[in-house]
Amino acid sequence: MNSWIILGATSGMARPFLRKLAEQGNALFLAGRNQEELETLAADCRLRGAPAVQVMRFDARDHSNYADLIATFTAQGDVLNTAVFSGSMPDQEVIDANPALIEGVMADSYTGPATFLQMLVPHMEARSAGTILGVGSVAGDRGRLGNYVYGAAKAAFATYLSGLRNRAGRKGVHVITVKPGPVDTAMTQGMELPFMTTPEAVADDLMKAIEKRRNVVYTARIWQVVMTVIRLIPEPIFKKMSI
Amino acid sequence: MTWTKTEYAGWGRALSAKGEVTRPERADMIAALAADGAAPAMGMRRSYGDAALNSEGRMIDMTRLDRLLSFDPKTGILEVEAGARIGDIAETFAPRGWLPAVMPGTGFATIGGCIGQDVHGKNHHHQGSFGQHVTEITLLQKGKELRVKPGSALFKATVGGLGQTGVILRAKIRMIPCKGDLVFVTERRACNWEEHLTLLDASEATYTVGWIDATATGPELGRGIVEEGESGAGLVKKRGKASKVPLDAPHFALAKPIVKAFNWAYFHRVPARGRTVVKALGDFFFPLDKIHDWNRLYGKRGFYQFQCVVPLGAAPALRQMLQEIAGSGLASPLAVLKRMGPGRGGYLSFPMEGYTLAIDFPNRPEARALIKRLEAMTSEAGGRLYFAKDGLATGAQIRAMYPDLPKWQREVKKADPDGALVTDLVRRLNLRTA
Ligand SMILES: Cc1cc2nc3c(=O)[nH]c(=O)nc-3n(C[C@H](O)[C@H](O)[C@H](O)COP(=O)(O)OP(=O)(O)OC[C@H]3O[C@@H](n4cnc5c(N)ncnc54)[C@H](O)[C@@H]3O)c2cc1C
Repeated sequence: MNSWIILGATSGMARPFLRKLAEQGNALFLAGRNQEELETLAADCRLRGAPAVQVMRFDARDHSNYADLIATFTAQGDVLNTAVFSGSMPDQEVIDANPALIEGVMADSYTGPATFLQMLVPHMEARSAGTILGVGSVAGDRGRLGNYVYGAAKAAFATYLSGLRNRAGRKGVHVITVKPGPVDTAMTQGMELPFMTTPEAVADDLMKAIEKRRNVVYTARIWQVVMTVIRLIPEPIFKKMSI
Repeated sequence: MTWTKTEYAGWGRALSAKGEVTRPERADMIAALAADGAAPAMGMRRSYGDAALNSEGRMIDMTRLDRLLSFDPKTGILEVEAGARIGDIAETFAPRGWLPAVMPGTGFATIGGCIGQDVHGKNHHHQGSFGQHVTEITLLQKGKELRVKPGSALFKATVGGLGQTGVILRAKIRMIPCKGDLVFVTERRACNWEEHLTLLDASEATYTVGWIDATATGPELGRGIVEEGESGAGLVKKRGKASKVPLDAPHFALAKPIVKAFNWAYFHRVPARGRTVVKALGDFFFPLDKIHDWNRLYGKRGFYQFQCVVPLGAAPALRQMLQEIAGSGLASPLAVLKRMGPGRGGYLSFPMEGYTLAIDFPNRPEARALIKRLEAMTSEAGGRLYFAKDGLATGAQIRAMYPDLPKWQREVKKADPDGALVTDLVRRLNLRTA
C-alpha cells in the first residue's frame, strides 16, 4: 500500500487530488491547521475508497511537532509520498502596510514545508522510493508588482525543490515541482485573472506528472509558454510594466 | 465572505442575471456566510430557466461544499453536503452495490438542487420523487442551523421548495441496492403515439423512459424508442473523457433538416425487433453529460425547455400538443416521454400520476409563442409545468396547477419573513404572495 502525507490538505486546490489518491486506494495522512475541516475531508476520502485516513496537525509556522508527525507517518511499512499544498497569499497592499507579514508568508510557502521535508527525506531515501510533490507558483518565476512577496516565497520553495530533486533523485526519491497559474478556488475568488484553471484539471495534471515522473510542471500548460516569455523580457523594460 | 459581481445564466441560457455571488469552500465559512445575512442558494444551475438566478440580489454557490460525510451500509443512508453531485455519488457507490434512489437525467445536479426541485428519475413509477428518500435536511435559516425531518410542514415546504425556506447545507438520503455500475438496457422501437404509450404503460422494468422524435408527423407521430433498464454487474470499457462544445454554435446548427436527419438516424439505430445492450451507468442515466456545455449548441440566444405532466386520462391532450410541436418544425432532437407515478415529496413538487413530455426549443419568437400555447393546453388538460424547466409561464397559470401553494406560502413566510431568499423565478411567478 502506498501512503501519502498531504501538507495543507484543506487547500481548495488539493481536494480533487486527494479524491484521486483515495479512489486509487492510497492510505492518506491529511495534515493542516483546521481540524474540523480535515475530519470532513477524511470522511470524504474514506467513503471514496482510501483504506486508511489519518488527520494530523501541521502548522507551517510551528515546527515543534514535526518529529512526531514524521514518526507517525514513517511507521508505515510501505512506500512514502508527500505533497505540499500549504501557502498563503495576502494582498500585496496589505503587506505593504504591514511588512511584518512577510515572515508568515515565507513560513507558509517555504520555511515550514522545507523544514518538514528536510526532516522527512532521509526516511524516504532509506526506502529508495516515493514521490515528493511541491506546489510552487508561476508567481515565483519573476517578481511582479502585484504579488512579489508571495512570489519570493514560492521562488524560494521552487529553488529548494530543485536542490532536493538533485539530492534525493540519486536515492530513488522523485521530486516534482508544480507551478500552477491561477486556480479557481476561494483564494482567487473575486480576482480577474488570466488562464484560470480548475482544481480538477490541476489534479489530472498532477496524476500525470507522478506517473510520468516529470520534474517541473506548469498547470495550466499555457503558463509554461507565458512564463518563458515573461522571463525573457529585459529588466529595463520589465521594471516599467505592471502585469 | 468575498462576494463577486458576475453575470450568470440558467442552463437554457435564455435567462440570465447580474449580481453578487459567493462560493463557500469549507464548512467553517458557513458562519461567515450566516453573518452576511440571508441569500438564496444555487447548485450547478442545471435548472433551465430562472430558478437559480437572482438579479436583484446575492446568490450563494454551494458547489464546493460537496463532501460525502457518512454512510451506513446497514440502512443505506448517506449523509452529504448539499453541493455534492448526484452522478459523483452514483459512480462512487454503484460498484459497492448502492445507488441514489432517484436520479435526474444529469449527473451534475447537486443534492441541494435535487431537493429544491424534488426531482424525478427514470424510475418515478416505482420510487417516486427524490424528496421521498430524504431522511433529514440541515437548513441554514435566519442565520442558524436547523434539522428538518420528514413529516413536518417545513420539510414539505423545503422539498421542491425552490430554496425559499433556507440554504440546504447537508442532507441524509436513503440509497437503494443495485447490482453494480452497469445497466442492461432493452431498446424497442415504438412506431407511433399509441404504440409508444402502450409500451410505457406495460413496462415493468426498474427504469423506463421514452425518447420521442418530435419531428415525426402523420402516421409516424409520436414514434420513438422506449428504453428499459436494469442494473447489473460486469466489466465494460470505462466511459471516455467527456467532449466539450468549445464555442457557441451558429444558429443553424440545429436547423430543421439537421434535426430531422439526426432523429431519423437515432430511431433506425435500434433494429426493428429491438435489442438489449449493456451500458456504463453514466451512459444510461446521464447520456447528455458526455458532451460538456452542450447547451452552447443552441448558440448565444439559448433555448427553453418545455416540460409538462398531464393526468393519465389527458393523454389525448398530450398527443395534440405533440402534433402542434411536430407541425411547427421547431423541435430539437432531445425530447422525452415518460409515464409518472403519483409520488411527490413536497407542496410544490412537480410529479402527478400521468404522462410527462419534455422538449427543447431554440429561443426564437415563434418558439416562445408555441411554448405559450403548450402551456395553455397544459392548464386546460389539468396538467402541471415544471419549475426546473420553466421560463415563460405566468403566475396565474401556476396557481391553478399547484393547489398546495398556500400551504407552502405559510411555511415560507415563517422561514423567510423578509423575502431575502426570493429568486427570479419566484419573483416572475409571484409565488410568495397570495
Ligand atoms: C440534461 C438535463 C437533464 C435533466 N433531467 C431531469 C430529470 O430527468 N428529472 C428531473 O426532475 N429534472 C431533470 N433536470 C433538471 C435538474 O435535475 C434540476 O434542475 C435540478 O434542480 C438541478 O440541480 P442543480 O444543482 O443544478 O440546482 P440549481 O438549478 O442550481 O437549483 C435548483 C433550485 O434549487 C435551489 N437550490 C439549489 N441548491 C440549493 C441549496 N443548497 N439550498 C437551497 N436551495 C438550493 C435553487 O435555489 C433553485 O431554486 C435535468 C436537467 C438537465 C440539464
